[in-house]
Amino acid sequence: MRSITYAEAINEALAQKIESDRSVFLIGQGVTSPWYVGTTTTGLLQKFGPERIIDTPVSENAVTGAAVGAALAGMRPVIVHPRMDFMYYAMDQIVNHAANWSYMFCGKVKVPVVFWGIINRGGEQAAQHSQAIHAIFAHVPGLKVVMPSTPYDAKGLLISAIEDDNPVVFVDDRWLYSQAGDVPSEMYSVPLGRAVIREKGSDITIVAASYMAVEAEQAVKELEKQGIDAELIDLRTVKPLDEKTLAGSVQKTGRLVVADSGWRTGGFAAEVAATITEKFFSCLRSPVARVTLPDAPAPASRALEKAYYPGAADIVNAARKLVNK
Amino acid sequence: MSNSLSLPRETLLKLYTTMLKIRQFEERVAGLLTGQPEIICPVHLYTGQEAVATGVCANLRDDDYVFSTHRSHGHYIAKGGDLKALMAELFGKATGCSGGRGGSMHLAAPEIGLPGSSAIVGGTVPLAVGTALASVMQEKDSVSVAFFGDGAVNEGVWYESLNFASLRKLPVVFVCENNLYSTHMPIALTLANTDIYKKAAMFDMPGVRVDGNDVVAVFKAARKAIRAARQGKGPSLLECMTYRWHGHVGPNYDLDKGLRNEQEVKQWIERCPVKRFEESLLTSGIISSAEKQNLYKLVDDEIESALKFARESPYPEKDTVLEHVFSL
Repeated sequence: MRSITYAEAINEALAQKIESDRSVFLIGQGVTSPWYVGTTTTGLLQKFGPERIIDTPVSENAVTGAAVGAALAGMRPVIVHPRMDFMYYAMDQIVNHAANWSYMFCGKVKVPVVFWGIINRGGEQAAQHSQAIHAIFAHVPGLKVVMPSTPYDAKGLLISAIEDDNPVVFVDDRWLYSQAGDVPSEMYSVPLGRAVIREKGSDITIVAASYMAVEAEQAVKELEKQGIDAELIDLRTVKPLDEKTLAGSVQKTGRLVVADSGWRTGGFAAEVAATITEKFFSCLRSPVARVTLPDAPAPASRALEKAYYPGAADIVNAARKLVNK
Repeated sequence: MSNSLSLPRETLLKLYTTMLKIRQFEERVAGLLTGQPEIICPVHLYTGQEAVATGVCANLRDDDYVFSTHRSHGHYIAKGGDLKALMAELFGKATGCSGGRGGSMHLAAPEIGLPGSSAIVGGTVPLAVGTALASVMQEKDSVSVAFFGDGAVNEGVWYESLNFASLRKLPVVFVCENNLYSTHMPIALTLANTDIYKKAAMFDMPGVRVDGNDVVAVFKAARKAIRAARQGKGPSLLECMTYRWHGHVGPNYDLDKGLRNEQEVKQWIERCPVKRFEESLLTSGIISSAEKQNLYKLVDDEIESALKFARESPYPEKDTVLEHVFSL
């Protein structure tokens, strides 16, 4: 199998879906820009033209609403927000409208739209260009939230998200864009709501998604050197949560570290921790540990960023504390 | 009255019947909201604004889209929505047009071009832009209409939506029902410039103000805008000057709360869009008073049978409360 990057995998998923389904189109800021969305949309304009690759004014609320409206009329739009921070402008359309629509109208109207938001972690981008707000979306009934960490999953999950009849928030992280991995050239889908066990282990379960799964991989290797046999679960979809895979692992290891790229309070790590303690408390041999961003906005200075962003070392420390090593 | 009645008799009768249906329905509902109310959900009555929904929707086909607001009954009825399903929805019954999950503010009938109404002010304006965008991509000549009140003009999304629609010359008509109040606030206290139709110029689209209590005037202005949209000439803004008789929500008139003065309400009731049209139809001999009485009976009978249907319908089963969060 060939190896391509995460950004190329997204590009390929978009190209194949737009090519094969007349109802799929891409809309949002910077989709024809050489840098807004990395290389994820390179060549799409030339291939499909401005009718289906729609670059837009900075009108997140209206343009997101237009994507939702197009979905109500049978299209399958992908609306991109190159920086998740700007999705707050579109919250009304995502939460009040798209997420509620199926329920409010008793399933009479479907909303097959993908809200694609990119996390721009680090790079001195500070508080308004770096946020990871997946937990906010996961809180909302009617939204599904996916966060692939590998090129294979990026392509397969984006295809599933587009094919799903519901609003799906597809979250990626630009730090993943250069990651390479095996990706089939044909179309395939990775089912929504299924986690995957990346590393098998027996001492402790580490749960992560998106870029934190990459950090967690390194943590597992480091822990191995230190004699701790960690199991790594890549959630891939944060909502709906794959409780079965989580439970199976925790029942085996009895210990859980959740590594999340969002904030701590009311965050996604808290949700995983609560789910496990609520339903599988008897399996736990230690408290659940969270590795998250602190409850603070992101700083600019690289010196402060080092203190702000957790990584593999923090996951290792958390795991060591739980196994008392 | 500005209309010359220079429309086919069939069209005039259709306009009259629709207005009557809305009026009689709303006033019947107003009665159900008082005393021991049978309807619990918040209801924003359309009484007084009938000519707007009627005049606009009479130009539309089933495959044209209409997006409505919290004050949605008039648009639903004018687009051809079923009264039984509407009344049942107000009662929160399983047979309601939204299965009892929406209530008065959330009505849908996608089979006739009503993909849903929203209670968020201005929220459906971009949705109409989206269905219009879809129509272009699907190479259909469907037109989308966004109804909204004067209050929605103060939402940022309104400006974004009109700009984007004009930028892409989308087949959408923005219909402002200027009823002079944004809930309790008179427009002079909410808009720096109360000439809403003039805002169209900012987006390089036609903007027209019409007497929203003159159904023929609304019909003709909407016909022009809808034709232009259907022919690929882009969006228009139509400002219809009108007045809601009842208060913002519920059956009262907001007089007791000191929000409006009685004289103002009376003046607008004198300009009743239904009576004005009815009188001109009678005077010009387009209908006889016997025909008029017959029509009232037909409309009232339909409403009574809708009410009976709603009362007799079952509530949704409790164990269905989590159904339809997602489409399967």
